[in-house]
Amino acid sequence: MTKCDECDADISIPSDALEGEIVTCPECGASFELAKGSDGFDLKPAQAVGEDWGQ
Amino acid sequence: MGAVSPDVTILYDTIRWEEKELLKAGRNAGLKIQMVDCKKLALNLEKTPDDYGVVVQRCVSYYRNLHSTAALEGMGVRVINCLNTGIFAGNKLFTHMLLKKAGVPTPYATVAFSKDAALDSLDSQGYPMVIKPTVGSWGRLISKLNDKDSAEAVLEGREGMYPIYQIHYLEEFVKRPPRDIRAIMVGNKIVAAIYRTSGDNSWKTNMALGGVATACPVTAEMEEMCIKAKNAVQGDIVGVDLMEDDKKGLVVHEVNNTTEYKNTVRVCGVDIPSLMLDYAVQQVK
Repeated sequence: MTKCDECDADISIPSDALEGEIVTCPECGASFELAKGSDGFDLKPAQAVGEDWGQ
Repeated sequence: MGAVSPDVTILYDTIRWEEKELLKAGRNAGLKIQMVDCKKLALNLEKTPDDYGVVVQRCVSYYRNLHSTAALEGMGVRVINCLNTGIFAGNKLFTHMLLKKAGVPTPYATVAFSKDAALDSLDSQGYPMVIKPTVGSWGRLISKLNDKDSAEAVLEGREGMYPIYQIHYLEEFVKRPPRDIRAIMVGNKIVAAIYRTSGDNSWKTNMALGGVATACPVTAEMEEMCIKAKNAVQGDIVGVDLMEDDKKGLVVHEVNNTTEYKNTVRVCGVDIPSLMLDYAVQQVK
């Protein structure tokens, strides 16, 4: 469990989480990318949807 | 890169459900899977590449996808899908021409190289028509042009955009049920297909825009058409989009070289990630 940088809500990180995975705050909807930290994962703001993304 | 030679490298820039399931499927199959974040990748083009095994290209960014494939393939690495598929399938005009050449039914289209040429063409062909960027996804900047006023407004807006958006690809508005079909091809087989029914108040069926997925039965006609479409863009694993034209029957309007399949797995119950990896590993044996 970690805190959302935007609204301070709890964000749970799945047990099988991978570095680079996107997690979304259940309360404010902000998206974060999981980055390796000293103790598990840190959250960093996820890149907004790119102009050239998708299929 | 890891010390152990991987069987498969999954090249990604964002880990979505699809990429996570590929990793799980690989582990379940006892394969050595290497996950490579393309955002952290720098390839010295003058050196022998690291050992990647076969690369399953999953970058969600069109430009990152295309250029990393070009570099790796150029260095002798087998990438699925290949560079030509990325080039051909990534551009609706290129795909259209190849589908026609391969005898695959596809919606009528016109390409116009300026706003005035587009308006002249629309005047002579009539409305409605659909304008699509030749490069783009998730239904973005696709507009239905109902009349000259709407066409002028949309085309005017494109004038200030990046030059690719000033290549005006105009497609007939296909009369069809409020749905299209996404067929997932792994090699020469449709492994699963879904109907994508338009969300509320939209004529677009993209899942990213609220389309609803239901299972679609696969017919021999559909599979034959999809094999031709896949081969037309030299693809290995692709998502073929079809519409059910009221008059012409099935028509292919798009081929996706890095197809999403989360909703297809969800409604069809087919283990697409395992099938993709089985196919990928076979390609380098």
